[in-house]
Amino acid sequence: MACDDAAPAARLTAISHRYRAVTALDDVTLTVPAGIMAGVIGPDGVGKSTLLALIAGVRRIQAGTVEVLGGDMARRGHRDRVGARIAYMPQGLGRNLYPTLTVAENLDFFGRLFGLGEAVRSRRMDDLLVRTGLAPFRERAAGKLSGGMKQKLALCCALIHDPDLLVLDEPTTGIDPLSRLQFWRLIADIRARRPGMSVLVATAYMEEAQRFDWLVAMDGGRVIASGPPGAILEATGCADLEAAFIALLPPERRAGHQPVERLPRPTRGGPPVIEAQGLTRRFGDFVAVDHVSFRIETGEIFGFLGSNGCGKSTTMKMLTGLLAASEGQASIFGQPVDAGDMATRRRVGYMSQSFSLYRELTVRQNLDLHARLFHLPSESIPGRIAELLARYGLDGHADAMPESLPLGIRQRLQLAVAVLHRPEVLILDEPTSGVDPVARDRFWRSLLALSRDEGVTIFLSTHFLNEAERCDRISLMHAGRVLAVGAPSEIVAARGAGNLEEAFVGYLEEASGETASAPAGTAEPEAPVHAASAGRLFDPRRAMAYARRESVEVLRDPIRLAFALLGPILLMIAFGFGVTFDVENLAYAAFDQDRTPESRELLEAFDGSHYFARQADLADEREIMRRLRSGDLLAAVEIPPGFGKDLLLGRSPEVAIWLDGAMPYRAETARSYIQGLAARYLSDRSLRTTGLALQDTPVTVETRFRYNQEFRSANAVVPGILMLLLILIPAMMTAVGVVREKETGSIANFRSTPTTRLEFLLGKQLPYVVIALVSALTLVGLALFLFEVPLKGSAAILLLGIVLYVLATTAFGLLISSFTRSQVAAIFATAIISTVPAIHFSGMLTPVSALSPGTRAIGLVFPSSWFQHVSVGTFTKALGMAELWPDLLMLAGFFFLFLLAAMAALSKQER
Amino acid sequence: MGRFLSNVLRLGIKELRSLRGDPVMVLLIVYAFSLAVYSVANGARMEVRDAAVAVVDEDRSGLSRAIAEAILPPYFKAPVAIAASEAAPALDSGRFVFVLEFPPDFEADLLAGRTAPVLLNVDATAMSQAGNGAAYLQEIVTREVRRFVSRDEAAAQMPVNLVIHAAFNPNLQAEWFAAVMQVITSITMLSVILTGAAVIREREQGTIEHLLVMPVTPAEIMAAKIWANGLVIVVATMLSIVFVVQIALQVPVAGSVALFVGGVVLYQISVTALGIMLATFTASMPQFGLLALPVLVVMNLLSGGMMPLESMPVWLQNTMQVAPATHFVAFSQAVLYRGAGLSIVWPQLLTIAGIGGLFFVVALLRFRRTLVEMQ
Repeated sequence: MACDDAAPAARLTAISHRYRAVTALDDVTLTVPAGIMAGVIGPDGVGKSTLLALIAGVRRIQAGTVEVLGGDMARRGHRDRVGARIAYMPQGLGRNLYPTLTVAENLDFFGRLFGLGEAVRSRRMDDLLVRTGLAPFRERAAGKLSGGMKQKLALCCALIHDPDLLVLDEPTTGIDPLSRLQFWRLIADIRARRPGMSVLVATAYMEEAQRFDWLVAMDGGRVIASGPPGAILEATGCADLEAAFIALLPPERRAGHQPVERLPRPTRGGPPVIEAQGLTRRFGDFVAVDHVSFRIETGEIFGFLGSNGCGKSTTMKMLTGLLAASEGQASIFGQPVDAGDMATRRRVGYMSQSFSLYRELTVRQNLDLHARLFHLPSESIPGRIAELLARYGLDGHADAMPESLPLGIRQRLQLAVAVLHRPEVLILDEPTSGVDPVARDRFWRSLLALSRDEGVTIFLSTHFLNEAERCDRISLMHAGRVLAVGAPSEIVAARGAGNLEEAFVGYLEEASGETASAPAGTAEPEAPVHAASAGRLFDPRRAMAYARRESVEVLRDPIRLAFALLGPILLMIAFGFGVTFDVENLAYAAFDQDRTPESRELLEAFDGSHYFARQADLADEREIMRRLRSGDLLAAVEIPPGFGKDLLLGRSPEVAIWLDGAMPYRAETARSYIQGLAARYLSDRSLRTTGLALQDTPVTVETRFRYNQEFRSANAVVPGILMLLLILIPAMMTAVGVVREKETGSIANFRSTPTTRLEFLLGKQLPYVVIALVSALTLVGLALFLFEVPLKGSAAILLLGIVLYVLATTAFGLLISSFTRSQVAAIFATAIISTVPAIHFSGMLTPVSALSPGTRAIGLVFPSSWFQHVSVGTFTKALGMAELWPDLLMLAGFFFLFLLAAMAALSKQER
Repeated sequence: MGRFLSNVLRLGIKELRSLRGDPVMVLLIVYAFSLAVYSVANGARMEVRDAAVAVVDEDRSGLSRAIAEAILPPYFKAPVAIAASEAAPALDSGRFVFVLEFPPDFEADLLAGRTAPVLLNVDATAMSQAGNGAAYLQEIVTREVRRFVSRDEAAAQMPVNLVIHAAFNPNLQAEWFAAVMQVITSITMLSVILTGAAVIREREQGTIEHLLVMPVTPAEIMAAKIWANGLVIVVATMLSIVFVVQIALQVPVAGSVALFVGGVVLYQISVTALGIMLATFTASMPQFGLLALPVLVVMNLLSGGMMPLESMPVWLQNTMQVAPATHFVAFSQAVLYRGAGLSIVWPQLLTIAGIGGLFFVVALLRFRRTLVEMQ
C-alpha cells in the first residue's frame, strides 16, 4: 500500500468487542494509514461505530490493542495526551450539539473545552463559519438548523481545535445532496491546507466512499476487504462499490440477494388515495411545511425526497392526523383527515422515522400486541404472525428483543407491524435510513410486491437517491417546500441533468441560492492551536465552559427556571403555614346526662378555650362512637347523671372523655389540653366556693422553653423547611443533568474531549448551585419577613451552612445522575431516596434524639440532619461557630464524598 | 365498548411487561412499600415517644432518684445524669430535649414543709415533643412529690375523676399511624411518577405517536396505564398492609381491609390521572421532575396524614381539598383505625372519584395535542 512507509494513524491488533450476547467486533486487525482520507464501509450493525469509538478513545477496549497517533489507547496517560489531537463526531444528526444553544455558542463551547484563548477562538470561529456558509446563522439555535447545517456545525465543532485525526461517524447520513457535496468539499478544502491531517469516516453511502483514498469494508464484525477503492473494484471485478460490497460478502449473506426490478405499475384508476392541497404547518414563527400539494393514486409508490428537517415527517404526520394542519387540506380515501376517525386508521399503516415499537417486548409480542389492537380475529392471529415472520425474514428472531437486533431487521419488523392489518395505504417515514444495501434491496422487494401484487398505495420518504429512482413518482422537498414533482426520469429530463442527484442539486442551488463549492475562508496558514492544558487533572477553563453552557441551557428553559425558583417559594409558604404543632379548633361534643349548673360550668370551660370547637350535642351513648368513627368529632365529653350532686357531696364523680386516637399526636395534645382545662376548672371552682386554692402541691415545676419562649411553631418549623427545600429542588435539578446527556448523546463530548470527570461534574453543578443559592436567599427572606422568624445567630454562619449544604445536595443529584441509566430512574430515585430521610430522620418533625438507633443512622449518613442543626441552630438557638463547626465540616465532607462517588460512577469511556 | 375494553386490556398487559423488564423500578417499588414503611413507622413520630431527658441532680436524694426513675418508656428514654455545666451544651447540640434540674436540698426543703422548685429546661425547637413532654414531666414530678409528701395514693384524689379514653388506639401508638401514612405516601409517589414519567418516556421514544395512528384512542391508552400500574400498586399495597403493617409492625387493623383496598383502587386511579395530567403540562423529564416532586411533597405533608388538617389556616385547608390525598387520608383513618364502614366513608370515596375524573378529563383534553406537539 502507498502509505505503508509513514507512521499509521491507527493500528488495531486482535480487537474484539461484545455487547452482552452480541459480538460487534470479532478479532479485527487493521492498520489505518495516516494523512489520507480513510473510509469504513459496511451495513449498519457491523461494528463500524464501535471501531471508530475505540479509535477515538471514547469506548473502553475489551480485548486486543489499539494504537493511535503512536501510543496505546488503553493507557490513560496516552489518551489524555492525544485527546486534544483527536476530534470525534458521533453518529446522528447534530447529536453532539446542544439544541438550545446558538451556532456561535456551540462553537464557543468547544473552543473553550480545548482551552483556546479568546482571540484564537473568535478567529477560528469566524473562519470556520465563513467556510461552511454558516456565518449568516451565527445566532440561530442549533436545534432549528436543517440536518445539513447541523452536520456542518458539528464538523466546525470538531475542527475548532485543529486536530491531527478527525474521526467522523456517518457524518452525511440523512442530509440533502447539496449539503453533502458541500460537506465533502469542505473536508477536502481543510485537508488541502493541512495535508498532515488524517480523516477516518464511516459511511453508508457507497458512491461517497468511492472518492476516498483508502477503504475498509466490514461485515459481521470482521474486515472483509481493505485497500484503495480502485484495488477493491479490481479485485471483485465490479463496476461500482455497492456491487463490489455485495460480491465481497460471504456466500450465505449474499444468498437470496437479487437486484431490485421495478415492474411497471398497472393502472388501477379511481380517485386519488391521498391528496394534499396547500398543506401548511407552522411551529411558532417557523414554517415547517409551506403550501405543499400532491396527489397519490391507488397502488402508486410515491416518494418524498429531501434532507432531514425539510418537512417530510411533518407532512406525513399531518396525513396521519398526528398533527393538525395550520392551513390547507389533507384528505385520505377522499375524506378529510380526522384525528378521531378510527375507520381510516384501520386502513392505513404507518411507520415512523425512529424505531417506535416497544423495546421491552419481543418481536413476537410486538406483532401480537398490534394484531390485537387492530382487532384481527384472534384465531387468525398466529397464522398471520407466522406468515409475516416468514415473509420479512424474522423467523430466527421471533423471541429476540428489538434492541438486540441490527437496524435492518428492526426496520423489517416495523414494516411487518405496519402491514399486519393489511392496510390499503402505507405511510413510511424514512424506512431504510441506516439500513445496509442488501437489507435495503430486500426491503424494496417487499414494498414492490405490496404495491404491484396487492395494490397497496405506498407513500414513503427517503434521502437515498437510488431509492427515489425506484419510486413511481417523487417529490423533491427542501425547507418545507416542494421543488418538483414527477416520475424520476421526468425530473432528470426536465432539468437536463445526467442523473437524479445532479437534478436535485440543481433544484437545491436554485432554491437556496447557494452553490456546491465551499466559500473561501481566510487564507492564512493554519497555526497549531493545541490546548496547552491537555492532560491536566483540573483546568478551571474547561469546567467554566461546561458551567457557561449549562447556564445558557437553563436560561433558555424558562419553565424549568420558574419551577426551580418559584416552586420553593410556594412550597415554603404552604409548609410554613401548614406544618404547625399548634393544635386548635378540635371538634368536640358533649353528652350531658346531668344538665345541672355544675355540668354546664364544666362544659363552659371547654367552650372558653380556643383549642376546642363545640359541635352539636350528643344524644346517646351510641352516638359517641358513631360520630368519632366518622371523623365528625375528635373528642367527646360524657357527663354522667348525678354529676352535679356527686360533685357537691365531694363524691368525686367520674367524667369520661373520649378521644379519637387515630392520629396520636393530636390525641396526645388534646389530652394535655383537657387535663389542663379540668385542673383550672377545679381550682377556679374551689376558689369560688371555698375561697381556698385546691390542695397545693409543695413542688413548683418551673418550665423554661428555651430558644423559643413564645413557643411558636414557625420558629422551629421554618428552618426545617429551608432544610427540606434545599435538598429536594437542587438535587432534582442536577439529578437529570448527566443522565440526560447520556440519553441525548451529548455525553460524547465529555468522552471525546480532554475534559476530566471533575471538570465535567463541577461545571454541570455550578449553575445549579447558583440557582439554589438564589432560591435559598428568597427562602431566608420569607422566613425573616413573612414568617417573622428571628435570626438570633450569625447570618454569616447560616450563609456558609447554606453554601456547603447546597454544594452537597447538588452533588447528591449528580451522584444519582451518574449511576442511573434513564431520566425516569433518576427522578424516581431522587424522590424516593431524598424525601424519607429529609422529612423523617433529620429532626424536622421528630427530634433526632428520639429516633431509634437505626433511623438515626440513616439520618446521619444524609446531609439533611447536619444542615437541620445549622439552620435551627443559627435561626432559633443562637449557636455560633463553637457549636456548629462539626456540622459545617460534615456538610463539606458530604460534598466531597458525593462528588468523588459521582466521579467513580461516571465513566470517561463508554463500556 | 368491547373493543375499548379489549384495547385497554392489551395495552395494560404491555405496561406490565415493560415494568417487569425494568429491575431498578421493581426494586424501588419493593423498597417503597417495605423498608420505607418499616423505617418510617419505627423511626418517625410526632408524639412524645423515646424523648431524651437529662437530669442534673444536685440534691442526690431518694426523692430526686425516685422522680428520675418514674420517667419511663415508652414516653421517655431512661434519663441520663449530667453535670450542671453540661445542660446548656446538651440542649444546644440537640442531644436532649428536656433537662430536669433538682436544686441542692430539694428533698430536705420539702420535708421541712417548704416549697421547692424543680427547673425544667425544654428545647422548644423540638416542637413535637416540647409541649406535651413538658406537661408529662410536670405531671410525673407532681405525682411523685405528692406521693412522697403524703405517702398516700388516695390523697391524690381529685374532686372530679377525669377518665380519658383514646378510642381506636388506646395506647396512642404512633407506629400505627405512621405506617399507614407512609403506605399512602408510597402509593401517591409511585402512581404519579410511574405513569407520568412513563408518558414522557413514551413520547420521547416515539411509541405514543405510534399508538396514536392506530385505532386506539387516548382514553384507551390512559385507561391501560391506570389499570396496569394500578394493579401493581394495589397488590403492593395489600402485601404491604398484610406483611409490613400487620405482621412486621403488629398494627391491628380495625376496619375492613376489603373496603380499604377498594379505596386504594379509587385513589390510585385518581393520582395516576394526576400523574398523566402533570406529564401533559411539561415538555421534558427535567421539567416533570421539578413539577412532580413539589406536588408529591405537598400531598405528603399537608394532606392531614402528617399534620392535623384543622390546625392549618383556612385558605390552606381549602386548597388541600383539591388534593385527592386529603380525602384518602381521611378515608384511611376512618376505615383502618376507627373501623368505619361504607355508610360513613362514602362521601370521601365520592370526592376522590370526582377529583380523579376531573384530572382524567383534563389529561385527556391535553393528551393528543401536547404529546405530539411538544416534541
